[in-house]
Amino acid sequence: MSASFLPTGVEYIRLLPEIILAIFGTVVMMASPLRPKESRNFLYAITLVGLAAALWAAIAAYASPGTAFQDMVIVDGFGTFFRVLVIGVGILTILISHQYLARERAEPGEYYSLLLLSILGQCVMVTANELIMLFIGLEVSSIASYVMAGYLRNDQRNNESALKYFLLGSFATAFLLYGVAWIYGITGTTNLAEVRAALLTPGLAPAGMLASAAAALMFIGFAFKVSAAPFHVWAPDVYQGAPTPVAAFLSAGPKAAAFAILLRVYATAFEPLADRWEPVLWLSALLTMVIGNFAALTQTNIKRLLAYSSVAHAGYVMVAVTTNTELGTAAAMFYLASYAFMNIGAFAVVAHISRQGEKYVQIQDLAGLGVRQPLTAALLSVFMLSLIGVPLTAGFFGKFYIFKAALDANLVWLTVLGLLNSAVAAYYYLRVIVVMYMQEPVESTDSLPPLPTGLKATLWGAAAGTFLLGIFPSLVLDFAGRSAALVK
Amino acid sequence: MLLNMILFVPLAGFLLLLFFPREQRGAIRTTALLISLLVFVASLGLIPEVRNAPTATSYETNVSWIDYPPIRYHVGIDGLSLWLVILSTLLTPITVLVSWNYIEKRVKEFFAFLLLLEFGMIGVFLAMDLFLFYVFFEVTLVPMYFLIGIWGHDKRIYAAVKFFLYTLAGSVLMLAAIIYLYNRGGTFDYPILLEMLRNGRLALSSTEQFWLFMAFFFAFAVKVPLFPLHTWLPDAHGEAPTAGSIILASVLLKMGTYGLVRFCLPMFPGAARDNAPWIVALAITGIIYGALVAMIQPNMKRLVAYSSVSHLGFVVLGIFSFNQLALDGAVYQMLNHGVSTGALFMLVGYLYERRHSLEIADYGGVATPAPFLAAMFMVTMLASVGLPTLNNFVGEFLVLQGAAQVNFTWAVFAAVGVILSAVYMLWMYQRTFFGEVSEELRSHMHDLSPREWATIIPLVVLMIWMGTATQTFLPVISASNERTLEQTKTNVEFQVNASPSLSSQVKELLNVR
Repeated sequence: MSASFLPTGVEYIRLLPEIILAIFGTVVMMASPLRPKESRNFLYAITLVGLAAALWAAIAAYASPGTAFQDMVIVDGFGTFFRVLVIGVGILTILISHQYLARERAEPGEYYSLLLLSILGQCVMVTANELIMLFIGLEVSSIASYVMAGYLRNDQRNNESALKYFLLGSFATAFLLYGVAWIYGITGTTNLAEVRAALLTPGLAPAGMLASAAAALMFIGFAFKVSAAPFHVWAPDVYQGAPTPVAAFLSAGPKAAAFAILLRVYATAFEPLADRWEPVLWLSALLTMVIGNFAALTQTNIKRLLAYSSVAHAGYVMVAVTTNTELGTAAAMFYLASYAFMNIGAFAVVAHISRQGEKYVQIQDLAGLGVRQPLTAALLSVFMLSLIGVPLTAGFFGKFYIFKAALDANLVWLTVLGLLNSAVAAYYYLRVIVVMYMQEPVESTDSLPPLPTGLKATLWGAAAGTFLLGIFPSLVLDFAGRSAALVK
Repeated sequence: MLLNMILFVPLAGFLLLLFFPREQRGAIRTTALLISLLVFVASLGLIPEVRNAPTATSYETNVSWIDYPPIRYHVGIDGLSLWLVILSTLLTPITVLVSWNYIEKRVKEFFAFLLLLEFGMIGVFLAMDLFLFYVFFEVTLVPMYFLIGIWGHDKRIYAAVKFFLYTLAGSVLMLAAIIYLYNRGGTFDYPILLEMLRNGRLALSSTEQFWLFMAFFFAFAVKVPLFPLHTWLPDAHGEAPTAGSIILASVLLKMGTYGLVRFCLPMFPGAARDNAPWIVALAITGIIYGALVAMIQPNMKRLVAYSSVSHLGFVVLGIFSFNQLALDGAVYQMLNHGVSTGALFMLVGYLYERRHSLEIADYGGVATPAPFLAAMFMVTMLASVGLPTLNNFVGEFLVLQGAAQVNFTWAVFAAVGVILSAVYMLWMYQRTFFGEVSEELRSHMHDLSPREWATIIPLVVLMIWMGTATQTFLPVISASNERTLEQTKTNVEFQVNASPSLSSQVKELLNVR
């Protein structure tokens, strides 16, 4: 009996990405004080190697899918997809951050270490097969993100951002944990499959209500993390205040991971309660789209604009979650992957334009970029067009699959309103292009230095991803479709 | 192979131009011209095969693009799309020449966008897969948006954004309708869907038909533009650079009417017929309203823009008359409008290049210093008015005759538009070209340069050709229209309960013919 509590070899392989990330996270932190003061490249290289190794491990782990550590972790296609996604987001973020940190004269060691730990948390989240594991992953990811949001500690806006994120975030996670406790009280288990089985047991009548209440409590936590209305209010302030690479990271990595657990928990454990949560998600999806898009219309700060746009995009993904079908899950996965590319690309340009101390973060500061740096402007236009959802870019297929799934699930009104929303959104994305191409250069673009290598790599990588998913979406969608059938 | 070449050479040209160094303006212009000429010449090669079998889909390519949902790269050409494709390939080299000296800033991007636009336009007319069609329909928005927004006149940004948002808002619901059709029919492939609708394997209830029709119709009506959705058009035209106006008027508006004929009529005949009365009412309102507003425009480009609203009203009237003659006239009028309004925008552009004003009041007596320019303008203007032996006359006459067979009142009201068009055009011509010429104006006005001759001559020749030798163009159109009407008729019998009174009325008329 006792022997079965010891993990077997293959179980370590299933957890290998997390192990690698933990090791590298620690190594980077330890090496940080030891390295010579002027060399930044060393830690940068270690971090990239660590992420590459974790990426390899995530793919290798998929060769032997299954559960590990007493069913606490599950390696399946769904989990692997998100593991690869968050690690990929990490790589792109590092590429932006290197130059950014040098410019702001910030210590790179702790930053890289925190980033690795945050990704570690997200990997745990997306492969968690039970609620406690999920909560641990969420906390590891969040606490590292709270620190990163305030990383430039002499900057007021950074402090504001971190404080808001931390206070509201902890409050929301408390709800989540409370919901977990209720579930444990009702069903006596935290394993997702067992929770589902318990909820399906006939004779649970009085507890059915309680279980719904628990699901609602947990929804508050999830909705906060994915910035879905009405729990989205933190997002604009935090994104605007945080260092730009961190904002890029927050909008892609933790958000994707949070959607992953939302999908997993609601489509497996809480699936028996679908009748009760679907209307709530329906309303939340609609509100998120409307609030995000309409609030973005009047923004003048580009980081804030992208923050509201990120809220709006969370709304689209919520539509996919609301469908509660495999197609919807696959659509959400595809969307999050394409969103990661285009949004990190957009933030990377902002990081480049903003200059030291983030002086230039108004949309107006992009004026004349089309003349001064045609390539940067062209790439940012690609990201904006993709965010609008113009065909032949990733954003178009993302929206297409989501609304197709929604129509399949007979959510006709949500589809119509969502599509009209995406037309409204075109206005504020176009405004960015208008400023870049149709206005005369200003001080911020006149004095713009050429693109550094890391940023260039990020931009090209993101643009390639945007086009690749926009022209050959099957590359990702096939895998997403195959892994959307979550283990129940 | 030929067809795919015609479609993808402009795209390749677009990518090629992006790699040119931006200082080599001459090389950029020449490359753009050569590529677009090559495409035009190649597109002429399509004619024989399509003329042999106008109702069949020629040069078909049908390969899988995306596995799931099964989206196919399915393109082909038939009698309905043939001339529209050639119109697009003809106008692209012409607009390249028109913009030769006019475009001074960001030359590289301008010509690159022109070629990208050509790719989108041709694609729209060739797509045989609903999804592919939607993709091309949207792809044209981006280059046009930039053409207006970067190289336009003073209020260009407002106009560009308005253009983009109007069209996008119109078309997103079409996307929903396309997905809905897929969910019901299991395919995006248009011929298969049509066949399924015809043999009843895909039976839409009348409510479904109505909403799907409305979603498609709305997208196309914005593009046409049908009154009262036309308000983006004068702004877009008024602010666009000459090349943008030409392409916009000649081809982009036709994407709307083409969509109506290609998709709305055959797929949702019941709903199309039920809704025909109010659509026709809007079309006639547009004919008269557009003409009246054109009359009082002080700005030449806006005047021509409103005249487009009026002319496109004829096209919509012809389409929703459900009559062979009217439909022939409508499709013919699509081409006519493309040629003559394109030429008008070009000539107005030439005036602008000389005098740097679009206000009619700034001109007068131009015929004295620039007699040939005035003569070409005269021919074009008369074509637009609908003078017999010139092209618009044929189209308008057919539409009116066909509409009169269905409902005489329609024809009466629509004919008012023809008279009004003579009023605003002649009046504009008189104020611009006749009278005393001021010294200042005389110093600006020189006559047509050889390059300008090269751009206007093909169009003037076409105006006369299309006005006198309709047999060159019309049989192909007629044959494919017969098929379209046949498709709506077959569906009528299947959907007999949709609207017995009106459908029998139309059927009777069709049988009479």
